[in-house]
Amino acid sequence: MTEKLAQHIQTTQIWDIPGGIHPPENKVQSLRNPIIEAPLPAQVILPLAMHIGAPAEPLVQVGDKVKTGQVVAVPKGLVSASIHSSVSGTVTAIEDHSLAHPSGMSGPCILIESDGKDDWVDLSPVTNYREVEPAELIEIIRNAGLAGMGGAGFPTAVKLQPMHSINTLILNGSECEPYITADHALMRERAEDIIQGALLLAYIVGEPEQILIGLEDNKPDAIEALHQAIESLGDSRLKLRVFPTKYPSGGEKQIIQILTGKEVKSGGLPADLGILVQNIGSAVAAWDAVTLGKPLISRVTTLTGEALGAQNNYLVRIGTPVADLLELAQIDKDKSDRIVVGGPMMGFTLLDDQVPVTKITNCLLVPSQKELSPPPPAQACIRCGLCAEACPASLLPQQLFWYAQVEDQDKLRDYSLFDCIECGACAYVCPSSIPLVQYYRAAKGDIREAEREKIKSDHARLRFEARKERLEQEAKEREAKRKARMEAAKAKQASSEGAGTDDMVAAAMARAKKTNENPEEAKQKLERQKSTFEERIQSTEEKIANAETDEIEAKFSAQLKNTQKKLEGIQEKLNSLTAQTNVPETNSEPAKDAATEAIERAKQKSEALVNMSEGEKLKSTLESLRSRRDKAAEKLAQAEAAEADTVDALRTGLDKLEQKILATEKQIADLGEY
Amino acid sequence: MQSADPVLLFAIIALVGLAVLFGAILGFASEKLKVEGDPIVDQIDKILPQTQCGQCGYPGCRPYAQAIASGEANINRCPPGGQATINHLADLLDVEPLSLDAESGVEEEDTKVAYIIEELCIGCTKCIQACPVDAILGAAKQMHTVITTECTGCDLCVDPCPVDCIEMITVEKGVNEWHWDLPPSTSRQLAGLNISDVITTDRARSKQDDAA
Repeated sequence: MTEKLAQHIQTTQIWDIPGGIHPPENKVQSLRNPIIEAPLPAQVILPLAMHIGAPAEPLVQVGDKVKTGQVVAVPKGLVSASIHSSVSGTVTAIEDHSLAHPSGMSGPCILIESDGKDDWVDLSPVTNYREVEPAELIEIIRNAGLAGMGGAGFPTAVKLQPMHSINTLILNGSECEPYITADHALMRERAEDIIQGALLLAYIVGEPEQILIGLEDNKPDAIEALHQAIESLGDSRLKLRVFPTKYPSGGEKQIIQILTGKEVKSGGLPADLGILVQNIGSAVAAWDAVTLGKPLISRVTTLTGEALGAQNNYLVRIGTPVADLLELAQIDKDKSDRIVVGGPMMGFTLLDDQVPVTKITNCLLVPSQKELSPPPPAQACIRCGLCAEACPASLLPQQLFWYAQVEDQDKLRDYSLFDCIECGACAYVCPSSIPLVQYYRAAKGDIREAEREKIKSDHARLRFEARKERLEQEAKEREAKRKARMEAAKAKQASSEGAGTDDMVAAAMARAKKTNENPEEAKQKLERQKSTFEERIQSTEEKIANAETDEIEAKFSAQLKNTQKKLEGIQEKLNSLTAQTNVPETNSEPAKDAATEAIERAKQKSEALVNMSEGEKLKSTLESLRSRRDKAAEKLAQAEAAEADTVDALRTGLDKLEQKILATEKQIADLGEY
Repeated sequence: MQSADPVLLFAIIALVGLAVLFGAILGFASEKLKVEGDPIVDQIDKILPQTQCGQCGYPGCRPYAQAIASGEANINRCPPGGQATINHLADLLDVEPLSLDAESGVEEEDTKVAYIIEELCIGCTKCIQACPVDAILGAAKQMHTVITTECTGCDLCVDPCPVDCIEMITVEKGVNEWHWDLPPSTSRQLAGLNISDVITTDRARSKQDDAA
């Protein structure tokens, strides 16, 4: 380090964050060699949800040939990112695959088998980005699938469109978590691209007054490289800020506080202060996306831990299975205890080594049993307050722990649980080894779930109330209609009593005539019906034959029976119709039999009538009257067709029956009203 | 004593005057600041899960809320809400939290939604009429289907179906719904351990012994 640089570091003003811890760094192991490019994987697994926000929508189908860098999934909605094939080859499946997630759950992924050629798509680089509109550059970055490479995976393009104007752009080069050196290695080797990327991002967000590049003093080689890059570019807005190493200074809100002395208020965004923070990895990715046209298909991942023979930083294709990389880093399976994604403070243990590396996988840590021993059993909280001293967000971890245990969500909110960045500093210093962060994570999850349920139940309440209102409205309308009908009927009755029954009789006669106007036509119609029913039976039989389950078969057989019955009815009608047209005279023999039967029936009915109430009696009379009227109408029709002498007599009989029916109906209606 | 003491008279007048004044203020306040509706029913209704399943014996969540408010029903008759809802209600009403009434049903861990086996549906619309939140789509003699995002999983549509084509299926939790569980309580973590494993200084010493 030059004298000048050292002086510069000492004289620039920086601030401090509350709390913080100094865990063993364990970073040298993976920094001995430069970044090594990992060999092409035989297969990549690309999860559709690598970023925060809505999962992307697949654009390819199984069997499609894809090239390296080709878009395989497009963003769905605003907060989303596209996904590109990281190898050339064939899409073998789009299915659920286990993910690098603490739950060990599966999610939809696109699986691509590499053909080993690494055949790239045609790239369209921008030679001079200053000639391109910022909005267009944001679109390029969005299409390149950039998502925050620091760990959260928030789509970069969304972050570049803040609601407020930006006066400070911060490049976060702080890599505070032990073991992880991916950003350190990148700063060491690609300092110039990082600074160029910073200027590009500054151009996109409207040229802020200052561009701060912040990192800790435990990365002297990176500081040197960045300093040289800044000197060579000579932009006065670029300022290197070096601060003492402390965990967790790499958090977004923490680095803002360290570099500017300002605090982002609870629930607020850095943009509220006119500040935009980007990870240095994202700056390089943005630079590559714009000036090389390269989408985000690879990233630097640290492979470290005592169980690995070759602890290095590797340039890894996104979607490479973790097991392949561990093989590459010469894993000693006897030594390895577990695989941790991320660092020892905030990472999580993998349940399955077949999961893929994603855009946010910055470290795979495979410690030996001795190196990172399993946590000792937790004991009771002794209220020592060490956690409160360590908390970088100035929270009261012991109070939060207390309320998380009893699941008091209101109190947890009062104590600003959601300002917790889950850094694990409190759990690190806890003398009772209480896994505090686990409590906070669980409590946050519970609160979020309760919120989701609340939204759902409010929605259900609205729908329930809307339905109730609708049903009441319908009932009202029905009532109104019923009243209107009743009134109309009364008015009609009043008028019909004055005008006599002539009209009604005429109408009834017209109705009766109509049914039998053209027997030939009726016959045709019935025949048509018959043929359709026959067809239907056939198709149903076929369905029965094809039916897979007993249930379906039973259902179709019931249908079949129904159709057959209807067909028989039609056949009967058809027969009677043909008999009518061919033989107009009715046979006297069966008629006699029918008559005796009718007498029998009438006798039975009259016996039943004795035991009935008045209403029921009236109803049964009405029924019998109706059936008699129908019969009479039929006879009349027959007689008319045959032009018999009895037509007139039958007609008067029918008229009388009609009148009787009306009278009985009125009686029933009256009875019903009282 | 010939006449009343004037001081006493003034005191009486002053007190009566004050009584009239405060009476007027209170009367005005009771008219002006009147609360519409029954706020306690609304508060109870907000806590209930709004599945509208009727397992409590009332036709929906609001009628049950009214019954609780009027003291007709106990707070422990809501199986979909489970113990969490009972505790919330106990907090609100300042009564002892009870355990769930077994008569009403059992609390189910998983959320469920109705699913219509579409090839069996005959289009009778009976389930549509039974659904309290209008979550079933269909028309007479047309196949019906459930809008899963609207379904509350109350299973009121299952019984009316004449062909038994409605199933209640469990909603699988995705990665987005997953969250960490609370760690086991410290007393459970300590159960069955040697005291030398628990005390940090002892453990450090035993490690040193191992190393040596």
